[in-house]
This record gives sequence, C-alpha cells and structure tokens, in this order.
Amino acid sequence: MNDNLYSDVLGNGLVRRDSLLRRIHIDMPLLLMLVLILGFGLLVLYSATNGSFNEVKRQATYIGLGIIIMIIVAQVEVRLLTMLAPIAYIGGVGLLVAVMLFGDSTNGAQRWLDLPGLPRFQPSELMKTIVPLCLASFLGSRALPPSFMNVVKSIFILSVPASLILMQPDLGTAILIGVSGLFVILLSGLRRRYIVSVFLIGLAALPLLWLFVLKEYQKKRVLTLLNPQSDPLGAGWNIIQSQTAIGSGGVYGKGWLNGVQSRLDFLPEGQTDFIFAVLSEEFGLFGVLMILALYLCLIGRGLYIAAMAPNMTQRLLAGSLTLTFFVYLFVNMGMVSGILPVVGVPLPLISLGGTSIMTLLISFGILMSIHTRTNIYAQS
Amino acid sequence: MSERHKIRDHGLERRIFLTRLKLGGFFIILLMGIIVLRLMYLQVSQHDYYSTKSDSYRISVQPVPPTRGRIYDRNGLLLADNRPNYTLTVVRENARDFDKSLKLLSELVVLSEEDVDELKGVMRQNRVPFSAIPVRYGLTEEEVATISVNLFRLPGMRVTAQLERFYPQGEAVAHVVGYVGRIAEGDLVGLDEVNYRGTERIGKAGVEKFYEDVLHGKVGYETVEKNARGQILQVLERIDPIPGQDIVLNIDWQLQQAANKALGDYRGAVVAIDTKTGGVLAMVSKPSFDPNLFVNGISRKDYAALQDPVATPLYNRAIARYSPGSTLKPFIGLAALELGIRTREHSIADPGFYRLSGDSHVYHDWTWWTNKSGHGTVDLAKAIYQSCDTYFFDLATDMDIDQMHDFLRHVGFGRNTAADIPQATAGLLPSRQWKKQELGKPWYSGETLNSSIGQGYTMASPLQLATATSVLANKGKWHTPSLLKRIGRENEDIIFASTMPDLILKNHDDWDFIGEAMVGVVHRQGGYRDSGTAYPYIAMNNPPPYIMAGKSGTAQVVGMPADFDKQNTELPEKYRDHALFISYAPANAPEIALAVFVEHGVGGSGVAGPIARQILDAWLLRESPQLVANER
Repeated sequence: MNDNLYSDVLGNGLVRRDSLLRRIHIDMPLLLMLVLILGFGLLVLYSATNGSFNEVKRQATYIGLGIIIMIIVAQVEVRLLTMLAPIAYIGGVGLLVAVMLFGDSTNGAQRWLDLPGLPRFQPSELMKTIVPLCLASFLGSRALPPSFMNVVKSIFILSVPASLILMQPDLGTAILIGVSGLFVILLSGLRRRYIVSVFLIGLAALPLLWLFVLKEYQKKRVLTLLNPQSDPLGAGWNIIQSQTAIGSGGVYGKGWLNGVQSRLDFLPEGQTDFIFAVLSEEFGLFGVLMILALYLCLIGRGLYIAAMAPNMTQRLLAGSLTLTFFVYLFVNMGMVSGILPVVGVPLPLISLGGTSIMTLLISFGILMSIHTRTNIYAQS
Repeated sequence: MSERHKIRDHGLERRIFLTRLKLGGFFIILLMGIIVLRLMYLQVSQHDYYSTKSDSYRISVQPVPPTRGRIYDRNGLLLADNRPNYTLTVVRENARDFDKSLKLLSELVVLSEEDVDELKGVMRQNRVPFSAIPVRYGLTEEEVATISVNLFRLPGMRVTAQLERFYPQGEAVAHVVGYVGRIAEGDLVGLDEVNYRGTERIGKAGVEKFYEDVLHGKVGYETVEKNARGQILQVLERIDPIPGQDIVLNIDWQLQQAANKALGDYRGAVVAIDTKTGGVLAMVSKPSFDPNLFVNGISRKDYAALQDPVATPLYNRAIARYSPGSTLKPFIGLAALELGIRTREHSIADPGFYRLSGDSHVYHDWTWWTNKSGHGTVDLAKAIYQSCDTYFFDLATDMDIDQMHDFLRHVGFGRNTAADIPQATAGLLPSRQWKKQELGKPWYSGETLNSSIGQGYTMASPLQLATATSVLANKGKWHTPSLLKRIGRENEDIIFASTMPDLILKNHDDWDFIGEAMVGVVHRQGGYRDSGTAYPYIAMNNPPPYIMAGKSGTAQVVGMPADFDKQNTELPEKYRDHALFISYAPANAPEIALAVFVEHGVGGSGVAGPIARQILDAWLLRESPQLVANER
C-alpha cells in the first residue's frame, strides 16, 4: 500500500492518496480565483475597449498562454529555480544593459528589446520574478535574521537592476522590483533597528529624491495629485476623469457597457492603467467590493502558501511574490482613485497587456509549485 | 562566509517569518480599508456631484446653423452658391506615429513643407486634450479622395465637410451681390444674436448684406452626446434649422456680362433698369474684385492689391456721385417747359459763348475749344440733340436754382430712391438752403448757369441717371429701382411700393417732345451743326434696328482756359473729362433705360455712346432668355 509514490502515510496510519490536481501541481483555490478574476477582467476589458472583440480575443489568448506557462512553471521544482537564480540574475542584468544600449524607445523611454528570433519583450518584466527569486535563495540559505553584511549584499543585488530600470526610465517597474526585494529582506527577519533607521533615512532622503532624482513630469504628477484642478487639461486630466468615472458609478454602477466616461473616450488609458475606473463606473461599489474580495482571497491564499512552505527560501519567495502582488493592486487602485500619484502600474490580471499577465501568472506558477510539493500535514 | 555554516534555529526563523507575514497581512487589510473608504467617499458621498459632472461632460446643446439662401439672376443662373469645403483635422492624442502621418501627407502632396512646420508649431501650443486640430483647409475633391484612400494609414485624422459661400461668377457681379465674411464685432448689431449662434459668416456688402435676414434663415438646435474629442456620438434631440430663403435678382446675367464686355478696359459703371418694373437689369462697376477672397478672410497681400488708389476696385462707381454733365439737359429742358420759362419754339443765336449781364465772366459752349463759331440758331430740341450749352446758360438766367432743385428732385436726383441699395449716394442737388447750410454762403446766379449743364455743385450717380432716364421713358411713371425680383425661386415677383409720386406734367406732350429731341441725339442726320451729337458714333454707319433715345454728357474734371488747344494737347489721364451717356429704347415703346459712366473717357457721345448701344443691342436683340435658360 505504501508503494504509491504520490501517497503519504498519515499519522494515524491511514494512507492519503494525493488528488489528481496535486499530482499535476495545480492549486485549486488559486486557479479558481485566478480564473474568476481573469474572466471578470475580460468582461471589463470588452467594455473598456468599446466592444472591441479583437482586443478581448488577443487578451484571452495571452491569458490562455499565461495559464499554460503557469502550469509548466508549476511542474518545476522550486529548488531547481532557486539554484538557477544567480544565472538568471546575471542574464537579466545583461539584458537590461542591452536595453540601454540597443533598446527600442517607445514614448520616450527605452524599455523594449528586439532580439532576433524572439518576440519583442521588456527585460524589466523578467526581473520582477528573478529579483525575489534570487534574493530569496540568497537569504534563505543563510542564517536568519540576516547579518549586516548580508543585508548590504542583498540591497546591492536589489539595487543594480532597480537602478538600471529607473534609468530607462520606468519608475513604476523600478518601484515594484525594489519593493519585491525589500519584502524578501523584511520577511527574512531584518532586525527592527535596521527597519527603523532605514525608515528614518528614507524620510530624510525624500527632499533629496525630490530635488535630484524625480524628473519634472514625475514631480508634476505628485503635485497634481494634491490639486488636480491646477492643470485640468494636462496632468490633472487623468485624475479628474477617473474620479468622475468612479464617483458617477455610485453604489450599483451604470451597468456593463454603460460606462459613459470610459466609453466616450473621456478616460485616457481606460483599457490599461485606468481600467479600474471603468470597472468602478459600470459595476459600482458593489462590483468593486466583489473584485476586491476575490483579490484578497487570492492574496490570502498566497500568504497561506508562504506560511506553509517547507523551507525558508520558499517561504521568502512565496511571501515576497504575494506581497508584491498586493502592492501592484494597491498602487494601481490608489492612483486611479486619486490618493497616489500617477505611476504606470497596471491593474494586475485585468488591465490590457500580455506581458504583465504572463509575469503575474509565472509567479502564481511558482506559488503552485511550492504548495503542491508541501506536505501540509508535516507542518504545524 | 562562516555564517553559512552557522547552526540555524529553524523554529525561531519560521516564527520570525510568520510574525512578519502577519504584519504584512495586517498592512494589507489596513491599506485595502483605505482604498475601500476612498471608494465609498467617491461613490457614495460624492456620487451626486460626480454624476452631474459626468452628464455635463457628455450632453451638450449645440446650435445647428441654417444653410444660407442662394442668390440667382432673373433667369435662374447661380450668382452665390454654397459649396462643401473639406478640412483635414487631427486629434493628436489618437495620432500614433504623427510624424509618419505628416510624412505620408507630404508624399501625397497634400501638405507643403511650410504647412508641416506651421502645424508643428501649433502642436506645441497648449490645447484641449482630444480636440480636433485643422491640418489643412480647402481640400479639393481629388485631395479628399487621395486622403480617404489612405486614411487607415493616418491614425487620428478625419476629413470634415462644411458648407461655404462660393461666387461662381466671381468679379463680374461682385458689386451687386457683395460677399460674406467672418462675423466681426459690430456685425450683429440690430440682429438676433441667438440666431447667429453657430453661424460663422455674415453678409458684408451688397445684396448679401441687405438681404441678410432673408438669406440667413433660423438656427436649429441639437442635443448631442459627445466624447472627449468633441466628436458627436449620438444626437438625442434635434430641432432642425430653417434654411435661408433663396433670392432671385432682377439682374440679367447676360446683360451684366454684355455691360462688362462693352466697358472693356475702361474704369466706369453701367446701370440698366427695366422701365416697366424698375428692376435693375445690370449694375456694373469696373474694375471689380473677386468676392470669393473675402469668404475665408482676405489675406493682407490680396487686400493691399484692392487698395490701389486709382483703380479702387472695391469702390462701386455705379452708386457713387459724379458731375452728370450734359446728361442733365433733357431734365432741365423739361423743367423749363413745365415751369413756362421756355416754349418749344423759343430760339437763340449762339455765338459759342454766353456772358451774364453785369459779369465779366464768359461762359463757353463745349464747342469753343474745337470751333469758335457756336451752334447758330438754337431752339430747345436742337439745344438737346446738339447739346448747346449757350442755350441752357440763357435758360438758366430765367430759372431760379430752387425751382431747378425742386423739379429735379421729382425725377430722383438728390435722393436715393432705390429700394434695396442703401449704400447708394443721394448725389448732390444744390439749392440756396443747401449752400447756406453747407458752405455758409449765398447763391450766385452764375452758379445756376453751371448747374444747368450738370456742372458745378450738381452730382449724381449712374444709378440716379438711369432711374431718371427710366422715369423720362415712362413719361413720369415711377417704379422703385430694385435689385430683388423675388424671394424664393418659385414665388411671385415682389413689387416695391413706389416711394415717389408719379410726375404729372401740365402738358403731357412735353414728354414726347423731350423724348423726340433725345432720339435726335442718336438718329438725327442733319449735316454739320444739325446732326445729333452721338449720330456719327452710333447710328451713322450701322443704325440700330430699333429707335434709341439718348443724351451724352462730358463732365469736366478740371476747368479749361478759353485758349486751351484741346485738339492738339494730350492731357494726362487724370485730367481728362468723364464720359457719360443716358439712353432708353425702343423710344416708341421703352423697355430699358440705362446710364453709362466712363471714368476719364473724354467723349460722352464718342466713348460712352457706343457702349450704351452695345448694351441695348444685347438686351433688345437677345434670344429669348427663356430659351437660354431652358438650354442650361
């Protein structure tokens, strides 16, 4: 009875047979919630693109492709991934340098790389997975809480790609990558005195950041956040339009395909970064709370997976990926609802754009890989 | 490096991790709470505010300008039309690869390099997001076709059409029809401003200005749903505009053209009037201008060209005042008969000059400068067909200037009698009161002499001369001169109530007598000193197949000394006499009356006379206008 490779002997002597899903490394709760959010996203996108079936089809294709990649990633043992992390890291940094030298520029920023034989892609997207992977493997294999030297090394590992991306310039992605790395360091048990002092240093550095790092248009975005009416036709336009869309949606929304603000092109980027405004306008507070609940369940499941993970590396990795996912969500919603400055961060899993969805589904593949190999009964 | 081998307390590490993870979860809940609060604020407490705002963005009421009425000549030929004007616009926010689009447009030869530079300048300026910016106005049909075919390669671009005024006959009838131009400050005074919301152009001159209220129509309204680009997505409600009414003018295009042609390269004017209705059949002033230049705002360069101080193309000579010269004589003669100052038979012996008793000044006859022997024995008829100044000088000694003034006013001098040409001059008809008021001086009897031959203070426009000639042809019956024939192409003709009482003479035969004398001007073949002044130029070699009554006039621009050798001196053009000719025909059953004015044309009979003949031929010998209209 014990010869089955995919079985486990429970404490009470009974043999527990692994489910089929577990054997093909799919986590049902994660998959279910992902499918619900992605499906709902397609509905919103259909409305946001003014009923463009083509765009929706394209997005659906990306989603299908992403789910396949997610399942493939889930088959790979996380140990293997963490072993490959340093190589991937070096490769990724190399690609970022290549972008700086040979990249395609769109909208004044150099983000895309056109390698022969590969589809055009943004190496910075790859780094969203590689950086937490690399840091988790680095810190996970060392005694924790991390020593000062290890913290310094971690920050170095983190800041090289982050600053390369900041130079493209792509503030949004740089922040997200920085945050994902910081989550690894924080979760690894960084001592409180470090946290407090870094927080204070950061606070002190804010004026410097304002004076020397932020570009003029970025400062303008922050300022218009405080007073959108100061430039209603320029930088304030997006904020005013998206708040009008959200506010006019009310509790029950205007109904699917009835969003005036977004469908009449008042809302710029309504299919990408500002799709949350379309969602809020058409589905109202009700719909928003529903989708927030789904997101929270997804995040909760991610945190649970992190808590249950068998070793430190995997815990750090799962925790960081999940928390970063939340940061995506928060930054986007904060920006669209007008409490954060406009930073180009899409609404995860819903905004139009293949790359973002691929990257996110790869991280969920990693989470699945971790969890389906965890003996949950051995923990606790 | 040694840390790597430090013994790790896995339990402790996991406990720390879980604490941190819980902290993370706590922050997640906290931040999500903030988002939810923010959304509740926007969607619940501020809902009404944003709802109203959202509606006001998309629903707008906008005026729909009416289509302007067209203007036709009496036979249905278009004089003012509405043509679609195509404009290429771009919404910059939707124009991906804008530079590429511009390059493509340059390749299609739709944009010049200057256009591109100018456009880039416009693009750098602040503008409303998603607003349509004109790339090029006035596209031709071919260009529209070229652009339409390539539109898929020009993201964000669109071709829009707008109706625009067009004058197909150009400068030939410009002074009559006038033109429209962009509404300027003050243009709407006295008009209903609400009615002009959405209207871009307004009549600025001529018929376009006078009949503005008829041509304009009534504005309509549309309640529309718009997007941020200002593009109309849906019309929610529409009150149609009432288009302006078409108007038909009395102008006969063929006669107008004939007058243009007859004037040739001369500067001058022609006014022809239908004696049966008072309708203005032709009104020409040369040089003229292209009214189409004004529709979209005239360029500085074009406008400067129209400011030539000699040519003055914008100046309508047909309604401007000049000395009428001898063309006034038939009316003075008529006055003398009516007032009993002269009989038809009374004659004088003309030595070629006249001297007022008690005055050293010698008044010379116009023949003095060519022949110093005068006209011989002259009665009133001869004084008209030979245009004898001396006879009228003598007559004027018995006629008071106020008598002359009062009589001439009855035939329309000294006032503007036209129904729809308000800018026409009233001319100048001197009287004692006028001189006292305007110049503060008493009237001198010598001035009456000058007035009697249409010189001195007396001034009249070609329109007034044609009108008076028409009254003469009608034997005192008045028809108000008018440009408008009817409103609406199929409606009844409009008959303007006469503002002038008919002129009834004590002796009705006097009309025929003066008319006969005027026929003599053209047709009398009496040899030296007895032919009509215009006979050698009009009827001698090629007599018209109808009887034509006329009177020439040669108005001095500068006075000439008695010993001036007129025949052997070439005067600079600006000092040469103005040539005039009034006429009506057929003399036995008049249909048309006209006045010809040739600026510095020198010879009333020799230059203006043949021009008048050509125009009369064009009218009286024309094919049936109905036939011409049917052919079209």
